Amino acid sequence: MLQIHHLDKHFGTVRAVDDVSLQIPNGQMVGVIGRSGAGKSTLLRLINRLAEPTGGSITFEGQEVSTLKGRDLMAWRARCSMIFQQFNLVNRLDVITNVLLGRLNYHGFLDSMLKRFSLAERAMAIYALDRLDMAQTALQRADTLSGGQQQRVAIARALMQEPRILLADEPIASLDPRNAAVVMDALRAINKEEGITVVCNLHTLDTARAYCDRIIGMQAGRVVFDGTPDSLTTDAAREIYGVDGLDEALSESVTSSSLGSPDDGAEPRRAAVA
Amino acid sequence: MSNGHADPKSIRIPDGHDPADVFERHRAELERSRRAATLLYGGLFVLALAAAVYISNFYPDKLAAGVPKIGDYIYDILPVLDPALLFAGTKTEGSIAYWYFNLPKYLQLLAETINMALFATIFGAFGGFVLCFPASRNLAPNGWVYFLCRRYMEFCRGVPEVIFAIAFVWAFGIGPLAGIVAIAIHSAGALGKLFSEVNENVDTKPMEGIRASGGSWFDEIRHGVVPQVLPNFVSYTLLRFEINIRASSIIGFVGGGGVGQELYYVINFNFYEEVSALVLLIVATVTCVDLISERVRHRFIGRENLVRENLA
Repeated sequence: MLQIHHLDKHFGTVRAVDDVSLQIPNGQMVGVIGRSGAGKSTLLRLINRLAEPTGGSITFEGQEVSTLKGRDLMAWRARCSMIFQQFNLVNRLDVITNVLLGRLNYHGFLDSMLKRFSLAERAMAIYALDRLDMAQTALQRADTLSGGQQQRVAIARALMQEPRILLADEPIASLDPRNAAVVMDALRAINKEEGITVVCNLHTLDTARAYCDRIIGMQAGRVVFDGTPDSLTTDAAREIYGVDGLDEALSESVTSSSLGSPDDGAEPRRAAVA
Repeated sequence: MSNGHADPKSIRIPDGHDPADVFERHRAELERSRRAATLLYGGLFVLALAAAVYISNFYPDKLAAGVPKIGDYIYDILPVLDPALLFAGTKTEGSIAYWYFNLPKYLQLLAETINMALFATIFGAFGGFVLCFPASRNLAPNGWVYFLCRRYMEFCRGVPEVIFAIAFVWAFGIGPLAGIVAIAIHSAGALGKLFSEVNENVDTKPMEGIRASGGSWFDEIRHGVVPQVLPNFVSYTLLRFEINIRASSIIGFVGGGGVGQELYYVINFNFYEEVSALVLLIVATVTCVDLISERVRHRFIGRENLVRENLA
């Protein structure tokens, strides 16, 4: 159980995250939606501790994680993996090394400096890649891959951390619709098969509806909606996106409403608001 | 009013709040402040130039009087070569062999000089590598480390090699060790600064990826930064090697080893022909090393670019 109590993050006078309280049970797939600047990214970065909270607390399985320092903080980040909109791979390294970097927290200084990984870890990396249908690219440099492929490598790196939680910060916003579907399918499979909690920032309503067990809507740093996809009414969506944004969000729902199940292979949902 | 190319109704009369008007005002303001800055700094530059001319006695008449005397020394050190005896043995005056009778010794000293440059470059690059990460604004773990590393590198490259060499000759005695250490320290400061500037242009997204997966600061540097900057580091290090060849051929003047020591000796004792023999040899060596290392460097950069293009 991930518990967030009255979490605040202020940048100067801007309240990026404003008094957010949430309880996320293990194994849930949560979509966080909202307009740009609603505080979605900041919330995820606070959980992973890439950003320092101004106030409030975050606990996981009863352990306070918002005050961790040094090695404990790094260990928490390893258990709470994260993928990014821009993938954040090391372009000049090959794919397998990028995936193995997810193991850094399990190694000492010297192993890391000398890139010493075990045979078992390399096998683990190949299985992770294979599961995402990327094993054949293992020896290519990361920057030779397409965006969708890079995001799958990033997911493989995240899996190498043996995480309890996977945070995904706009994982499909830089991808075309086909690749967006592949990545979202992968995240859902990981959630269902491994029971890893997935918290995924999404720009659009329809993707969240199609993939998530639970939707959290944010507006101006506050949580304004928290419920199942079915209970997300037009009124609730209006509060999340504002009156202008709602038209966008709804029109997108219409264009992708024909999709039905995300697995049916038809033209998938739009990746991002233009 | 219409001048034919625009619909007069579509032209808004600027009323002081018009965006175009605001822009023009802003632009004029910017232009004024720029002109003021140009005048100020231009004036300061002219003043500094005048002071430099005054202090260094850089006057045309002095120059004119001195230039012919440059020729005198060069004439003095030129060897007396007899075209008929050019290829005679070392004992015959007027032959090339007589002029270069000391060639074995020179070659040994030149080899020592190149070795000094090589070692100094390797040690200097190592020092620069260690210093450059905490000395990069975007990578430094905190302000204090950044400040200390920066100042330390400034000290290393601010003090001329020759001064370091004098100090180390006192410590280690006359010989190449003093020269190597002196040049290595200077190189560490110079390369550290160049390296840190490369670091400051690095893409920080890979570092964030590593931090987010539980990596330490060292992990971020090792896996997120080093792969990005290494080609540039190699290029700068090879360039430094060229510079260090020149530096190590001079450092012997103060007892730092290498060919400079011999040069100092023959100049002081007015062994004129040996001065020219040695200087020509040094020039040839420096040129050769420059050419070779430039080729290696360009090949290296070229290959890097090639690889990138092929894969992209």
